[in-house]
Amino acid sequence: MAGLKPLKAIPNGAFAYVTKVNTAGLTRRRLLDLGLVPGTRVEVVRRSPMGDPIAVKIRGAIIALRAEESGLVMVRE
Amino acid sequence: MGSTRKEPVIALAGNPNTGKSTLFNALTGLRQHTGNWPGKTVLQTKGSYIYKGRKYTLVDLPGTYSLLANSLEEQVARDFICFGGPDATIVVVDATCLERNLNLALQITEITAKVVVCVNLIDEARRKKLKIDREKLSCLLGVPVVTTAARGGEGLPQLLNLVDQVVKGEIRPQPRLVQYDPEVETAVAKLVPQVKAVLGDLVNARWLSLRLLEGDLTLIEAVEKLTGKNKHVPCGWC
Repeated sequence: MAGLKPLKAIPNGAFAYVTKVNTAGLTRRRLLDLGLVPGTRVEVVRRSPMGDPIAVKIRGAIIALRAEESGLVMVRE
Repeated sequence: MGSTRKEPVIALAGNPNTGKSTLFNALTGLRQHTGNWPGKTVLQTKGSYIYKGRKYTLVDLPGTYSLLANSLEEQVARDFICFGGPDATIVVVDATCLERNLNLALQITEITAKVVVCVNLIDEARRKKLKIDREKLSCLLGVPVVTTAARGGEGLPQLLNLVDQVVKGEIRPQPRLVQYDPEVETAVAKLVPQVKAVLGDLVNARWLSLRLLEGDLTLIEAVEKLTGKNKHVPCGWC
């Protein structure tokens, strides 16, 4: 079984499943509203030149996440 | 509140880019007059339409993914649905992207039962070979569902009819509410009577209790404004 890692550690073109959102309050709410609930498949589509933000495909939409946020989302490959 | 008005007020809510404004224009035709200027409370567009000899006011709310108030738009949409007392709310969802859109539909049915879900862009969905099981969706959500293609006018008569029936109480939607963990439900059960004691039927007590548990401060402000306690002090932002 692959270990948990933050979403920002997933390479371009790879996908993973959300296991946990490591934050509370409004940030957590926001991430959950974007569809990042446990079990959701997320695919890293591309990265900006400096590596931040990253574009991830979540439930049919591509969304940009800053490293601040993508570091809070724990995933399993 | 709402039912005593002569002209029923219908709120139009939905994610951004679901064709809400197209629907708004299709329904209101040339009668719409826009009042969409930047400012704290007026991020809505109002218009009207006549159905079966009765005038309805339609309020186009800002497009949002959620009602849990992270941004000004969400706050405006939430406050209107929650405190504006619409006689019915149309939730516009994108047929090609239902999964993302239903989050908002669930959040709205948690606040009010007087909801009609309008699965728009059904023409796009057909092109993508997606089939929408309208009856199943209606059954799962517990509210009436209609499929529309606002651009071509498809489904609009059915939508207006459902809205009319919900306003008159001929249809009483029974939304299937989300059941939370026992811990949360216990806490909600404790809070609800206290919220009711303070606010009566002004606000959906279960929903407000859930938000209080989340520690949503913007909502407390909104309630204070509503009850006239702690009158808002002009601050230059509003």
